[in-house]
Amino acid sequence: MNPAAYFGIFLTFARNSLVRNMMFRANFLIECASSVTWTLMNLGFYLLIFQYTTTIGANTGWGQWEFFAFLATTMLVNSLVQAFFMPNCEDLSELIRTGGLDFALLKPIDTQFLISLEKIDWSSFANFVAGLVLLVVSLVQMGLSRSPPPEIGPVTIFLYVFYVLCGVAILYSLMIALSATSIWLGQNRSLYDFWFYITNFSRYPMEIYDGAWGRPIRFVSTFIIPVLVVVNVPARIVAQPVTPGSSDTWTLALFTLVATAASLGLSRFVFQAALRNYRSASS
Amino acid sequence: MAAVQTWWMILRVSLAERLVYRGDFALGTLMRFLPIVTQIFLWTAVFAARDEQSLAGFTRDELVAYYLLTMVARAFSSMPGLASGIAAQIRSGEIKKFLLQPVDLLGFLLLGRVAHKLAYYIVAIGPFALVFFLCRGYFTGWPSVTALSAGILSLVLAFLLGYFLEACMGLIGFWWLEVSSILFVYMLFSFFLSGHMFPIDMLPEPWHTLVSLTPLQFLAFFPAAVLLEKIQGWQLVWGLVAEAGWVLFFLLLSRVLFHFGTQRYSAYGG
Repeated sequence: MNPAAYFGIFLTFARNSLVRNMMFRANFLIECASSVTWTLMNLGFYLLIFQYTTTIGANTGWGQWEFFAFLATTMLVNSLVQAFFMPNCEDLSELIRTGGLDFALLKPIDTQFLISLEKIDWSSFANFVAGLVLLVVSLVQMGLSRSPPPEIGPVTIFLYVFYVLCGVAILYSLMIALSATSIWLGQNRSLYDFWFYITNFSRYPMEIYDGAWGRPIRFVSTFIIPVLVVVNVPARIVAQPVTPGSSDTWTLALFTLVATAASLGLSRFVFQAALRNYRSASS
Repeated sequence: MAAVQTWWMILRVSLAERLVYRGDFALGTLMRFLPIVTQIFLWTAVFAARDEQSLAGFTRDELVAYYLLTMVARAFSSMPGLASGIAAQIRSGEIKKFLLQPVDLLGFLLLGRVAHKLAYYIVAIGPFALVFFLCRGYFTGWPSVTALSAGILSLVLAFLLGYFLEACMGLIGFWWLEVSSILFVYMLFSFFLSGHMFPIDMLPEPWHTLVSLTPLQFLAFFPAAVLLEKIQGWQLVWGLVAEAGWVLFFLLLSRVLFHFGTQRYSAYGG
C-alpha cells in the first residue's frame, strides 16, 4: 500500500475514535478536566519550589519561566504520546493474551502501524492545549524579564516542533518495544509503571544530574535509553537557558537525530522479532 | 473462641494469597524508589542555587531522609484498590454474602489488609533495607527512643486512618454506585497534600493551616516528620491525639455509612 492509503486509514482511525469519545460526552469532558487538574496541581508544586529558589541548579539558567517552558514541552510531548500511542500499546498485551492479535495479523496492512494507531484518545489533547498556553505565557514572560530577550524566529519554531516530534518518536519506540515484550512474557501488567519510572528521568533539565551519581545517570539516560533528550533538546532550543547557539545544544540536537532514528529502527526490530514468536492463544 | 479461630483463619488465608506474587512485589517495591532518585537531584539543584543551608526548616540531607521516610509512611497508609473494591462489590451484588453470613464486612476487609501489609513488609523489607543502607549518609543516626516509639505509633495509626478513610469512600458506593470520580479527587489531594510530594511545612499561609486541618498530613507527612524528630514535645502529643481522633472519626463514619447503606441497599446482579 502507498503512503497516501496509510494516511487515509489513519484519518479513519482518528474519526472513529472521535465518534467513540463523543458517545460518552460527559465522561469525555470529565477526563479532560481531570487530566488538566492533575497538571495544574503539578504546576502548583513547581510554583512552590520557586518560592524558595530563583533557578533550578546554580548558574544553569533554568529560572522560573525557562523551567515553565520546559514543563510546557513535557506536557506537549506526553500528551501527544498519550493521545496516539498509550491506549494502543496498553491494548497490545491484552490482544496477545486473548489471541485477538490474529485478526490484526490477517489484515493486509503493516501490523505495527495498525497496532500503534488504531485508537486515539482525544481527551489527552486537553493537556496539549494547556501545554501550549503555558508555553506561550512562559515565552512572553521570558521576553519581558530577560535582556536581550530570547530570539524566537520561524527557524526556532520549526526546530522546536521538529524536536518535539523526535521526542514523541523516541518515547513511542520505547513504549512499543516494551509492550511487544509481552509476547514473550505472556502478560505485561506493569507497562504503565515501567513507563512512569523510565520517563520520570526525562522530566527535569539534564543539568540537575550532576556529581558522582548524577553523571552516570545522565550518561545512561542520554546514550543508552535516550529519554533525557526527549524534552531537554526542544526545551533548550526555545528557552535558551544557556547562551543561544552554544555548541552543547547543537551537539545534543544532532545526537537526537541519530537517537530518534536508532530508537525507531530498534523498536521496529524488536516488534518484528516478537511477532515471529507469537503463538496464537485463541481457540 | 470460635470467633478468634474464624478471624485467624481469614488472616492466614489472606496471607497465603498475598505471598503468591512475592517476586513481583519485591521488584515493584524497588522500582517505587526510582522517582525519589529524581527528587534527590531536583532538591540538590534547588539547594545549590540557594545561599542558605535550610529550607522551611529542612537541610538538603534532611529533605532526602524525609522523602525516604514518607515511603515508609505510605507503605503503611496506602490502600490500593480498597475503596474501588468495596464499590465494585456493592455494584456487582457480591456484597450480599456479607449481609447473609455472620462475618462483618469491614472487619473482614481490615484483616485482609493486615495480611496484605504483613506480606508486603516481609517481602519489602529487603528492598527498603537496601535503599536505607545505601542512603544512610542522609540520616544523622537512629531516632531517639521517644521519636522511634511515637513514630511507630503514628505509623500504625496511619494504617488505620488510611483503611477507614478509604473504606468510607468505598461505602459511598451504596448511594452512588460509581465512586471513581470521588476517588480521583481524593487521590489528587492526597498525592499533593499528604506530604508525599513535599513537606507541608513548605506551604505558605493560609494554605499551611488549611492543609494541617485535614487528615491528609497523617498519611505521610506526620509519621515522617516524627521519625526525623521535627515534631517534639507537646506538639507531638497533640499530633498523635489528633491522628487517633481522625481514626476514631472515620471508624465511626464507616459504621454509620455501612448501617444506612445496607438499609437502602437493593441487590443488583445475580
